[in-house]
Amino acid sequence: MATFHLNINGSEKTVDVDPSTPLLWVLREELKLTGTKYGCGISACGACTVHVAGIATRSCVVPVELIGDRPIVTIEAIGKDPVGRAVQNAWIEKDVVQCGYCQSGQIMSAVALLKDTKKPTDKNIEESMGGNLCRCATYVRIREAIKRASQQLG
Amino acid sequence: MHSRLLARYIFVVLIILTIWISFSISQAAKPTREKQAGGLAAWEKVYSVLISPRCLNCHTATNYPQQGDDRHHHFANVVRGPGDAGVPGLHCQSCHQERNADSTGVPGGPSWHLAPLSMQWQDTNDRPLSSAAVCSSVTDRSKNENMSGPELLKHHERADLVLWAWNPGRRPDGSLRSLPPISHQEFVTATRTWVEAGTPCPKGR
Repeated sequence: MATFHLNINGSEKTVDVDPSTPLLWVLREELKLTGTKYGCGISACGACTVHVAGIATRSCVVPVELIGDRPIVTIEAIGKDPVGRAVQNAWIEKDVVQCGYCQSGQIMSAVALLKDTKKPTDKNIEESMGGNLCRCATYVRIREAIKRASQQLG
Repeated sequence: MHSRLLARYIFVVLIILTIWISFSISQAAKPTREKQAGGLAAWEKVYSVLISPRCLNCHTATNYPQQGDDRHHHFANVVRGPGDAGVPGLHCQSCHQERNADSTGVPGGPSWHLAPLSMQWQDTNDRPLSSAAVCSSVTDRSKNENMSGPELLKHHERADLVLWAWNPGRRPDGSLRSLPPISHQEFVTATRTWVEAGTPCPKGR
């Protein structure tokens, strides 16, 4: 066990865990930030996506010991960000969600895309969202919502 | 009479001088040819490393990296991206951190990324390029980020992602990833021999 001081959603959290524990389980089990979901556990589905120093990161495969002092943002705080807020609004407007299980990961990846590429093409969306799976197949609405958020952001 | 003798004398001296210079040149060329042959042999050792999966998987000619000893298409729809490091939302660093994550089986190293397309060492059907073709690519300064021979040696000696090939960490099942066919020390020694021989490349394509 070791003590880690993590910068999560703008505030410092201290956890005492095995250094090899994936960040996902630190968030969910230690800090009760359960908006980030466990899907496949091997970074193949994207449900566990959070932002680490602004990079959409698969928290299920990143041991907490490799985080260092990089700031973490989870779905619980993404709405405080203007791009995150626009994406969430577009998600509601386009009624993207069906079962909803993958959607926190989808939103985190979409925000990372729009922060980098203000006017994404279909190809940009396909490539950037290609690692986020949705068993309800909401892909068409996800694409529409990303374009809507892009419009809203100007 | 004197001038004829002098002319003959100069003529003889010139002939002796010519023979001596020719002999000296042939003696000087002999070790150079040996050095060249040694350099080519050393290159083949270097090449054996460059086409090992630990190197080749990220020196692709395609829009995606490969993984595993069978060099299969990287899972999760990972793509090369404009900067050879993935795309926003699916960046190399989305999973690959500054060092190996042995508890989850994800390899890592500083600035994990694909080699640029100019440094592809396989064709678009994922077959490794020939020794001559890889050598030509590695020594072409318009393709190799303008590295001279000594800079190539330094790159092989010290670059983080080169060193990673001999410390590739564990697979998700806990087993160790396979290593290149020779040690890093042997790789550096071979590179040095090749560079000191003038980075000769095999003939052919």
